[in-house]
Amino acid sequence: MAEQIEASVAIATAVARCRPEVLCAYPITPQTHIVEALSRMVRAGDLAPCEMVNVESEYSACSVAIGASAAGARAYTATASQGLLYMAEALFNAAGLGLPIVMTVANRALGAPINIWNDHSDALAVRDCGFIQLYAADNQEAIDMHILAFRIAEQLSLPVMVCMDGYVLTHAIEPLELPSQEQVDSFLPPFAPRQILDPDEPMTIGAMVGPEAFTEVRYLAHLRQQEALDAIPALAQELSERTGRACGGLLSGYRTSDAALVVVAMGSVLGTLEVLIDEMRGEGLSVGALAIKTFRPFPRAEVAAALGGAARILVLERAIAIGAGGVLTDSVRWALGARQTPLHTVIAGLGGRPITRRSLRPVLEAAATGGLGELHFLDLRQDLVDRELARCRSSARPGPHAEAILREIGIVGAGPV
Amino acid sequence: MSAAADRSPQAERRDEGLRFYQTGTFAVGGRLLAEHQRTVQSQPRRPSSLTKGHRACQGCGEALGARYALDAALRAAGGRLIAANATGCLEVFSSPYPESSWQLPWIHSLFANAPAVASGIAAALRAKGREDVRVVGQGGDGGTVDIGLACLSGMFERHDDVLYICYDNQAYMNTGVQRSAATPPGARTATTEPLGGHPGNDFGQGKSAPLIALAHEIPYVATATVAELHDLEAKVARAMEIRGPRYLHLLVPCPLGWGSEPSETILIARLAKESGLFPVFEAIDGAIHAVAKIRRQVPVREYLRRQRRYAHLFADGGREDVIDRLQAAADRNIVRFGLLEGSAPLAGDLLGAPAPGELDDLSGAQAP
Repeated sequence: MAEQIEASVAIATAVARCRPEVLCAYPITPQTHIVEALSRMVRAGDLAPCEMVNVESEYSACSVAIGASAAGARAYTATASQGLLYMAEALFNAAGLGLPIVMTVANRALGAPINIWNDHSDALAVRDCGFIQLYAADNQEAIDMHILAFRIAEQLSLPVMVCMDGYVLTHAIEPLELPSQEQVDSFLPPFAPRQILDPDEPMTIGAMVGPEAFTEVRYLAHLRQQEALDAIPALAQELSERTGRACGGLLSGYRTSDAALVVVAMGSVLGTLEVLIDEMRGEGLSVGALAIKTFRPFPRAEVAAALGGAARILVLERAIAIGAGGVLTDSVRWALGARQTPLHTVIAGLGGRPITRRSLRPVLEAAATGGLGELHFLDLRQDLVDRELARCRSSARPGPHAEAILREIGIVGAGPV
Repeated sequence: MSAAADRSPQAERRDEGLRFYQTGTFAVGGRLLAEHQRTVQSQPRRPSSLTKGHRACQGCGEALGARYALDAALRAAGGRLIAANATGCLEVFSSPYPESSWQLPWIHSLFANAPAVASGIAAALRAKGREDVRVVGQGGDGGTVDIGLACLSGMFERHDDVLYICYDNQAYMNTGVQRSAATPPGARTATTEPLGGHPGNDFGQGKSAPLIALAHEIPYVATATVAELHDLEAKVARAMEIRGPRYLHLLVPCPLGWGSEPSETILIARLAKESGLFPVFEAIDGAIHAVAKIRRQVPVREYLRRQRRYAHLFADGGREDVIDRLQAAADRNIVRFGLLEGSAPLAGDLLGAPAPGELDDLSGAQAP
């Protein structure tokens, strides 16, 4: 039965029902409500035996999770944005050691300029760290993906990142269904680690490996992620059978089977897209959307199949690969192989800029008719950019862009330069 | 030292007020001592944390210190000990797989995070109700004093149940002897060449990790050297009797980085203490309660001249000015920590200094 609940609290409850043994986190917006809720549960004794470690940095958060997981405990942490990058070194290490840590990423932009709102720059910046990356399209899926994440992580001995859009999802209050403790227990067996620090069977973990074996160790990590391409849909199906609803997976298509134009996207923008697609379908436009739910491992064959009927593809990017274009675009292009399907990249919603149907509609229409360029920035204020470029040309020391543009649009009460 | 059950000549002399300076401190095997006072290493059935086959240099102070410290911790923990190791010499020379020298469960994660990994292990053990298993975090001075300090401070202030051991060889030896925040002034490293009037490493830099640990008011902070192995073992044993964060800062000479004879590692460590350059003390609950007294202060030049990292101080007319400043630093430690017999630490000048009359003597003459 659905209950009206803040998504962060629902995520915390879902994590709690996975019976974690060590929780560790450092506060960062917009992840805070999740760990605050978990902290309350631990302090109240509701999760016993479970330890909550309030660390001094995200770097330590991931490191505590590494130690806890290596000692055989089910470990969880959550972060976002700068915090995710601050733990970057430890992310690669946790994955390299094959430790099944589960982490929520409340997706948020990266500075500078500092920005606390949602986009996918953070998780995509560490896409190759070796974590499995799941992207939730809505909060119900985010809840289910966390339960799925612990099972995937422990079955494959790989860490999993559950990415959910900061604020848009984390701070929404809506009716959500929480899997019961019995449902979770029947789906998620106790953690049986593949490796453990145990005085009865002393083991060296984290030894140096030279060129003689490094490639093989890395290849095995890749192979295990490839195994996840089979495991994720199977486990998602298994969870679905318990909950009676779709619970994540690799992909999901929305009216793609006969769509001439398919929009590929990740995260909460899928909700907006579905409404827009229904509108446009009503007008006779052949449009569909493909949600990438698992970005690492990238489901190449599945994406290729899902896009098989598309005459044109639009990849809606929630991050920018500066100097290149789109991150998701590269993967989609790779999936297409030799196929020369026309492909447009649209960079949208950076730093929390709303992605509205009104803005998207003309872009989709242009894409459908071949009138859109290869790389398009949704709602880019070209007038502001032009004025800032002119200002920079007129001065030897024009100062930073961010402050100048804010002055230009009058958001802050700054006076003349 | 309590009177041994047997009336050895040494015990009788001690009772007569004589001090037997070769006992307990410098005699590793300790065969002159009563059974219970002997070192862990002298026991035929001693634990062995770091076994043969590792690739440490000849005369490596860190290998010696790690073995003594961890074996003592293993004995105190009844063999139930897990170690988290920072990247560095100790990690590299002990674990080029499949040739691990570690006989206890051991994990290496990263350079800066050993204290946090140890905290995570401790949290896991607590959650699992496995408080019989103890946790040690360890690293070199770079991994501890520089890049790992934030993790270490967090581990201290959260009161996590970890003994952290810093093996201080006063520079980044693993990467080729570059300066760390534990490099002493005047020392030549690959990044503190004595060029352009610089004395080697500059004066007025660096930090004392033991005093930083002390400022956290954690239950146990101690310094030690590999010259006084009874003292080292006794400190590890005391630390293991305590729960919560504990810090042991161990001076481990590095023949490669210091340019010293491998055969003189113990001697040089002893001179570091006996000159006053490296104060050996023990603090409980934020208060220094004991220092290792110095019977006769050794001039710092006796310590310096045995190490090529200080050779520039003695070559081409020398740098008497630098040697004088180093002597002044040693003299300051002598006064500040009350290192000479009959003196006490300066209460107003040293964090955690005890009140007069509350100081124990940890010197080799009376230890353990």
